Amino acid sequence: MIQLIDLYKEYKTKKGTVVGVDHVNLTIPKGQIFGIVGYSGAGKSSVLRCINLLEKPTSGQVLVDGVDLISLSKNELRLARQNIGMIFQHFYLISSKTVSENIAFALKAAGKSSSVITERVTELLQLVGLADKADQYPAQLSGGQKQRVGIARALANDPHVLLCDEPTSALDPKTTQSILALLGQINQSLGLTIVLITHEMEVVKDLCHGVAIMQDGRIIEEGAVYDIFANPIQPLTKEFIQTTLEFKLPQKLLDKLDPAGKVVKVLFRDEAAEKAIIADMLKASGIHANILHGKIEYIGEKPLGTFIMEVTGDAAGIDKALKYLESQSCGVEVVTHVN
Amino acid sequence: MSIDTLVELLPDMIKAFKETLFMVGISLLIAIAVGIPIGILLFVSDKGLFSENRLLNTVLGFVANMIRSIPFLILLVLLLPVTDWILGTTIGPAAAAVPLSVAAIPFYARLVESSLREVNKGVIEAAVAVGAKPWLIIKDVLLPEAKSGIISGLTITAISLLGFSAMAGTVGGGGIGDLAIRFGYYRYDNGVLFTTVILLIALVQIIQLIGDWAARRVDKR
Repeated sequence: MIQLIDLYKEYKTKKGTVVGVDHVNLTIPKGQIFGIVGYSGAGKSSVLRCINLLEKPTSGQVLVDGVDLISLSKNELRLARQNIGMIFQHFYLISSKTVSENIAFALKAAGKSSSVITERVTELLQLVGLADKADQYPAQLSGGQKQRVGIARALANDPHVLLCDEPTSALDPKTTQSILALLGQINQSLGLTIVLITHEMEVVKDLCHGVAIMQDGRIIEEGAVYDIFANPIQPLTKEFIQTTLEFKLPQKLLDKLDPAGKVVKVLFRDEAAEKAIIADMLKASGIHANILHGKIEYIGEKPLGTFIMEVTGDAAGIDKALKYLESQSCGVEVVTHVN
Repeated sequence: MSIDTLVELLPDMIKAFKETLFMVGISLLIAIAVGIPIGILLFVSDKGLFSENRLLNTVLGFVANMIRSIPFLILLVLLLPVTDWILGTTIGPAAAAVPLSVAAIPFYARLVESSLREVNKGVIEAAVAVGAKPWLIIKDVLLPEAKSGIISGLTITAISLLGFSAMAGTVGGGGIGDLAIRFGYYRYDNGVLFTTVILLIALVQIIQLIGDWAARRVDKR
């Protein structure tokens, strides 16, 4: 478990003091994959780097498995870091060492004997699917392969926590998927707590259980990923979610719409997404509905449906229909400009 | 000048050549042995690095700059008592190696430091994040990653030392420079002067070639 208590970090620059992390409180339960989302400069990277004290907070506490890292001596901190793996956007492998040697470095750091190291390196190469690349140099690998080496190095000493600093931002979509799948698999099989920072909501949707959205050094919204996607409150959160649940209708279609009707965006959450609510609504109100756009996302196997519909008919009927949708725990939003 | 005089001078030339190699070689070895550790200390004690130590960094940096700001010829003279104290003499290639080493150490240390600065900060940070001891980071990350630059720095140091050794020669150090001055300049023998210059040119080219080859060989980027 990771607890950040009143974490505060300021940077001294020539122009004065800049607050990087502004009194952040965060608890990440054991075994969870937790995403921290924000634009660059929001402080998400600083928060992550405070968890293994690569950056020392100005004030506040960092507890990993109940141990206050800031109170540790230099050597104790070094040992504590062996329980906290970290991977990076740009991998940061030692270019003059082979894949095996890069992984072995982490084990050497933990003072393992050479026979243990050889055995463990083979095991880790298997785990990340790079058994055939053991003697290659990083320059000979693709981005995805380099990140796999990074993951193997981070996992070498059986950490309880894995910190991921934009792990897929330098990778193409296909490689991103394979790295995310690997991280998910590691989380499942090793019960590892994973903290991941990203600016891609897609990554959060596919991988994370919990998420926090950061802006100006503060956490502005936090919760289970499904809840955040289904009920975003802050404008920035909505903005981020729109990047994955985006609906664009062609102008030609909009021009043809009946001016008497309404265009509505309906969100089906939880069980509503699995019931025939639209059919019931039409039957009860006697209006017409035309689906213009829509999709159902599965977030951690729970469906979240979003549909854009044009509803036509008499005004009272439309009103009744929308009220019905709201009563079924659906989010209804009348949109005039869909684009 | 004739071929005869050159042949006559051949034993002197070979002796001078050996002396030059000896004083440059000794001071290079000392530059490696002392300059690399000082270069590492300069780097890792700098702000934001894993063994940050402002006092050590400032003091080392100041001393290195101080020695480097003294013109070599003056350093040579200033160090005469030290040389005498260490070796009991101030004449000969061994004596010349003392000021050469003193000049080479800070020179090479700065080159080592600057090649360490070229090492990706993220790679160092990744090593800190896995909980490696400073010594392991130096040995397994910094030195291998900067190896190519450290070798190039050694090439530059060797060639500079060759130039310095000519000056050391004039105050009794011996070597090719001394030969060129004594025969070529004082005796107006241009033939000897040109021969030594050609010898030095060839030597510098060879050092550079070997240095470049070695630097390329270790580079895995």
